[in-house]
Amino acid sequence: MDSRTESLLPLPPATFHILMSLADEDRHGYAIIQDVAARTGGELKLSAGTLYRSIQRMLEQGLLVEIQERPAPELDDERRRYYRITPFGEATARAEARRLTELVRMAKASGFVPRRV
Amino acid sequence: MRLYRLLLHLYPASFRAEYGGQMCAVFAQRRANGENPAALWAESMLDILANALRVHWDILRQDLRYTARTLARTPGFAVTAVLVAALGIGATTAAFSIADHVLLRPLPFADSDRLVKLWETEPEYSRMELSPANYRDWKRVGTAFESMAAYRGLSVDLSGQGEPERIDGAAVTAELFPMLGTRPVLGRLFTEEDDRESAGGTAILSYRLWQAVFGGDAGVLGRKVMLDQTPYVVIGVMPREFFFPSRDAEIWTPMRLGAAAYEERNDTYLHGVGKLRPGVTLEQALEQARAQAQVAAGQLARMYPKDNAHVGFTVIRVRDEVSPLTRRLLEALCGAAFCLLLIACTNLANLLLARSLARRKELAVRTAMGAGRDRLVRQMLTESLILAVLGGALGVALAAGAVPLLVRLVPQSLPIGEAPAMDLRVLGIAALLTMLTAVGFGVLPTVRACAKTDLSGLREGGREGVGGRRERLRSGLVIAEITASVVLLVSSGLLIRALWRLQTVDPGFRPDGVLTLRTSLPMPKYERTAPREQFYTHVLGEIRRMPGVSSAAYISFLPMVVRGGIRPVTLPGVPLDPSHPPVASLRFVTPGFFETMGIALRAGRDIRESDSIHAPDAAVVSESFVREFWRGENPLGRRFQIASRNPMVVGVAGDVRVRGLEQSSEPQVYLSYRQVGDGVSPWYAPKDLVIRSDAGAAGLMPAIRAIIRNADPDLPISDVRTMRDIVDGETAPRAVQVRVLAAFAGMALLLAGIGIHGLLSFAVSMRTQEIGVRVALGAQPRNVLGMVLRQGAALCAAGVVLGTALAYVAARALEALLAGIKPADSATFAAVASLAFVMMLAGTVVPALRALRVNPISAIRME
Repeated sequence: MDSRTESLLPLPPATFHILMSLADEDRHGYAIIQDVAARTGGELKLSAGTLYRSIQRMLEQGLLVEIQERPAPELDDERRRYYRITPFGEATARAEARRLTELVRMAKASGFVPRRV
Repeated sequence: MRLYRLLLHLYPASFRAEYGGQMCAVFAQRRANGENPAALWAESMLDILANALRVHWDILRQDLRYTARTLARTPGFAVTAVLVAALGIGATTAAFSIADHVLLRPLPFADSDRLVKLWETEPEYSRMELSPANYRDWKRVGTAFESMAAYRGLSVDLSGQGEPERIDGAAVTAELFPMLGTRPVLGRLFTEEDDRESAGGTAILSYRLWQAVFGGDAGVLGRKVMLDQTPYVVIGVMPREFFFPSRDAEIWTPMRLGAAAYEERNDTYLHGVGKLRPGVTLEQALEQARAQAQVAAGQLARMYPKDNAHVGFTVIRVRDEVSPLTRRLLEALCGAAFCLLLIACTNLANLLLARSLARRKELAVRTAMGAGRDRLVRQMLTESLILAVLGGALGVALAAGAVPLLVRLVPQSLPIGEAPAMDLRVLGIAALLTMLTAVGFGVLPTVRACAKTDLSGLREGGREGVGGRRERLRSGLVIAEITASVVLLVSSGLLIRALWRLQTVDPGFRPDGVLTLRTSLPMPKYERTAPREQFYTHVLGEIRRMPGVSSAAYISFLPMVVRGGIRPVTLPGVPLDPSHPPVASLRFVTPGFFETMGIALRAGRDIRESDSIHAPDAAVVSESFVREFWRGENPLGRRFQIASRNPMVVGVAGDVRVRGLEQSSEPQVYLSYRQVGDGVSPWYAPKDLVIRSDAGAAGLMPAIRAIIRNADPDLPISDVRTMRDIVDGETAPRAVQVRVLAAFAGMALLLAGIGIHGLLSFAVSMRTQEIGVRVALGAQPRNVLGMVLRQGAALCAAGVVLGTALAYVAARALEALLAGIKPADSATFAAVASLAFVMMLAGTVVPALRALRVNPISAIRME
């Protein structure tokens, strides 16, 4: 594993969710909030502050980039900015997923997890 | 929506600029989606608060990391800046804490601002104790006071509790403690019952005595203690922080004034204390009390013209009892500390300015890479504050360390504790001043640099900060530093000269090789002359036989230790000048006193053993006594009157500075110890033993103790000192003071040197190319050297000229402390000017050498 990736693990939950939300397409902030909410069945509703604070840090860490090309004008809002996951972001998300899987495997071995989920 | 936007201001500006719009959009969207407005608002509000804090914290952490890195890269700068700030804050806090403790803070008594001391005055004396009769009569008419009380100093042998001990304290009237408003921690205070002559003896202990001698045992109440071999019952213990009348008071007993005490109106020994009535303003109350005192004194003068014709009464606030000398010393100390603080701030300002100039390139690069101005300012602010906080913390540590060193500046004679608490207010002000300096000079240049839109800072070879306003400001700061250090140097130089002069004042005796100690003979036991003489003869005889001892004698009070004992003198046939009644300090001595002390005998003979109660009264008088009464005549065989005696002059001795090195003393009269009558003025019974020997004091003491114990096993020995210690004690507070001031001045000089060094180093590094061009064009090394030196010399000259003028003003203010040294003492001024010049040279050396080493080729290639 890349040592840079390693230094970021474990990821804060908000960060991991944002990465997952951007895995398939570029999104703007509000879309991320909605996507995360939908993905978790309304369990996790990111607040604007948490979202943008996370985004700021993720931009600095190189997990995301802000993209210049925008969707068709009729679908766009002037104020919106779109974010895209970077290859480093993907690698980091994968590493985090591996870490969690490993964790769950160990939990199963200890009998903490029901055999069938 | 507007409210939401407003709330966003809780975020740092950089974050807001980046994401504010989007956050508003999200908020708007959620509202448009029909979310419950109340829930949305509550959630948003919490969200903003929590996240804004976190973002600020992130930035702070970032800045702190950055600060740590940049400071670690320039450790010289960091250490200097922190030390400079610490010196300023530490010195100021320590000095003002002491001054506040002694001069300003209310005394630790109830309504202490209404407490006054009551004195008698005579034409020659502004403060004399009261006689019991005058105190009683004043008290009768003193309606301006809520209450009046009296006390007198007490020095007693405490025995029956292990080793006998000599302790100080006070005999007080019952009104005193309630007036001071202090409650005992144990037991009760005195009542009027205790004051009655028929009552059994009662005593109140100080907290220290209770702890030290009685182990803090609560069962001490009701215990019997022996004071001067008389039994007293302990009835109370005072709190730890209670000091009255002075710090060394350990025990209090009731003062009993029998009918006999009221007979002699000119026997003055009571200290009067009064508490002004509340209600009217303090000034009015004081005015009223003073007017009333005058009336009372006038009445008494008419009623008792013989004793009271020239006696006045005066009222002085207890807080104002600090001697003017002490006051002036402390003011000087504060002035010096403030000077040092200013120098420190100036230096800090200069360091930060130089740094901000040197970092312009870095700032320009960061701006070019998109760092916002507010982000950079914030970064600089963090950095400056870190420096100030580190400096402040170190300063507090310095102050805490310095205060105990300065406690000798707290006079013994005040009813306050020894060590002042560190003054938090002063600490705060000093810290604030340093912060302001740090922020002002650390951040403003950044703001200005960032405000410029062009990127001149990026241009290679940009020569900022040389010439123009910037350099003038920095030069001005250095000149201010030199000025202030010159003022400090001159002040401390003058005080050092004054100290030297005082230390060379001839005390009138040879203090070296003289050991002294006190054996106060307890009075009922030694009231009669016979047992006293037996004691003296035995002790002196044994001590004189000791190897190494050349002579030994007893005297009633040593010079400089007891300054009073002044009695009126009358001469037969000489009319009395009522406005200047002649007085002399009266002492009783055993034979050999003059020889032991090394006081010259100018004419006649010493007191002899044969000058006994059966022989005519004999007196040795001082030269000044002869000068005053029989100028140019032979005094031997003449008679005069003092203390109801009519002695004949048998000898003339050299003058002694009874009142210490700084004051003029009354003429001295010495009478024979054998001519103190039975039960007459027992206070005058000789108690101070002086021994001249060539052996060390430590070696002699065991044998001396054995001799005294042999003569009287219950007699405590106290005040074992050398005469040299007593003389040095005269100048000790001054010596401490001078050391502190000199240390301040030294630091100031150092700081000014650092200032010059910093300014010139910076100027040289900024002018490297120019110097290179000059050298390439044929400038000689001495031209280059001259250029740097001229700049340093100009700064120094300006500082010295300004400083000299200000120093003269300061010296005039210090004149009272200078013991006769002129404020315009040319030697001091010349020495300071040369010192400043040396400092300038030292500060210039490194930059000058650097300028000399400029290689023209590489310097020009940089262009």
